[in-house]
Amino acid sequence: MSAALQAKVGQQWKRPPFVRNATLRWTLIGGFVAYLIAAYFTIEVNWSRVYEGLDRGARFVLAFTSPDFVSRWTDIRDGMIESIIMTVAASVVGILISIPIGLGAARNVAPLPIYMICRGIVAVSRALQEIIVAILLVAIFGFGPLAGFLTLSFATIGFLSKLLAEDIESMDKVQAEAIRATGARWSQWIIYGVLPQVMPRLIGLSIYRLDINFRESAILGLVGAGGIGATLNTAFDRYEYDTAAAILIIIIVIVMILEYISGIVRARVQ
Amino acid sequence: MPILQKDSTAIWRKRTTGQALALWAVWLLGVAIFMYCWQVISNATTWFFVWDAPRIATDIWTRATPPKWEYITQLGRPIWDTLNIATLGTLIALVLAVPVAFLAAHNTTPSKMFIRPIALLIIVSTRSINSLIWALLIIAIIGPGVFAGVIAIAIRSIGFCAKLIYEAIEEIDETQVEAITATGASRWQVMAYGIVPQIMPAFAGVAVFRWDINIRESTVLGLVGAGGIGLQLSASLNVLAWPQVSLILLVILVAVVLSEWVSAKVRGAII
Repeated sequence: MSAALQAKVGQQWKRPPFVRNATLRWTLIGGFVAYLIAAYFTIEVNWSRVYEGLDRGARFVLAFTSPDFVSRWTDIRDGMIESIIMTVAASVVGILISIPIGLGAARNVAPLPIYMICRGIVAVSRALQEIIVAILLVAIFGFGPLAGFLTLSFATIGFLSKLLAEDIESMDKVQAEAIRATGARWSQWIIYGVLPQVMPRLIGLSIYRLDINFRESAILGLVGAGGIGATLNTAFDRYEYDTAAAILIIIIVIVMILEYISGIVRARVQ
Repeated sequence: MPILQKDSTAIWRKRTTGQALALWAVWLLGVAIFMYCWQVISNATTWFFVWDAPRIATDIWTRATPPKWEYITQLGRPIWDTLNIATLGTLIALVLAVPVAFLAAHNTTPSKMFIRPIALLIIVSTRSINSLIWALLIIAIIGPGVFAGVIAIAIRSIGFCAKLIYEAIEEIDETQVEAITATGASRWQVMAYGIVPQIMPAFAGVAVFRWDINIRESTVLGLVGAGGIGLQLSASLNVLAWPQVSLILLVILVAVVLSEWVSAKVRGAII
């Protein structure tokens, strides 16, 4: 037994801390507590207003047990169809555009100037949120689903191109080299050497993005870009909680179905 | 292997005729659906405005540049509010997400028949509704303000955090749990000494990751009245003060990039 171990015999064991460095640990804890105190004193909460709202909250929760699909059915149906149509069209266009941009943003496929341009597009698209893009596009193109469609396509490009590019950068070089050794052109090299390797992940990500696009399309209506959001906003404004609950239930069910389908598809292609 | 016989030479093909036809039919259906969707969107669009768009865009651009830099003095408080909404919202969400995650994980749930589906339902329903919609709802219940934003962000984040944490719990090394159980530890001790240390890095990563997303989301919550810099954005938009709008968008962009950088650094340090 070494001396260090000998010294520890008989002492009680203590769990090692998560952050090893003691100074860093106490700085983190101290800073965090200081922040919490500062935050606590600067947030104004109108507790009487919150208290008044509690029974309204209870009514909303109860509305989920008796959702009203009927009285605003035409509005709900039209909004839902518009949301779904925007989602499908934007996903298709977004995926088609993001494949060349994804190829361009992969350093092992694209030359440096193209790489810089494509990475720039990806960075801009990822940094701007959907709702802000939607506000600008509604100002430019007018109200309606076209603005929502363009917003979702734009957001899809940033998301999908980035992940596709990362996948291409980590692909197996040997397969691509084998295709090149047969004397393939650049386009043949991409189609037979690169794309088959990234296809399963691309399909999985596309379906995942379809799911995200549907969820996002539900809020675009708040700024006039089409979809179910406008109906939902009106329902909240008029305190028609049963209609709002119906819309939320439909959204949740559709998202669950999409997640289920994407699970099956991803299991099959991988 | 599908082979095409042509002039007594065999040519390799990727698919049989049946497979090729089926694939073609699927593509045809897909293109038809897309064309239908596009037609609906096109019918709902006033194309005159679209042809006019380049002029409007340049018009907005000339109005929005240069940004009104001196307006930044009024943005300090909204930025602080935004930071509070994101941070406090993430904290509340984490506190609520941990029990949900333990109830949802295969290996720690008390009952696979009853409790696990409920936990999964909480996860999917909080996750599938956007924070802006949660904010609308909370504002209708407790009135506008920063507090509504905190609650909205918290509810929205529960599902995300709980999902990632429960996946981490399901991936733990069972032998460590068994070793702790073998010492005669109680159920809670097994959790504290066998499971929690194993999911701690994943937990910290999820917390920082979600905080980064929440900064992003809380910048726009003000559009529906839930406090933060979005309130200034919607006020400036309503009075068409484009120089202020462009400055606010720049500030939001900087905040998003900074939070992403911080989160990437911290996650890099953990892993």
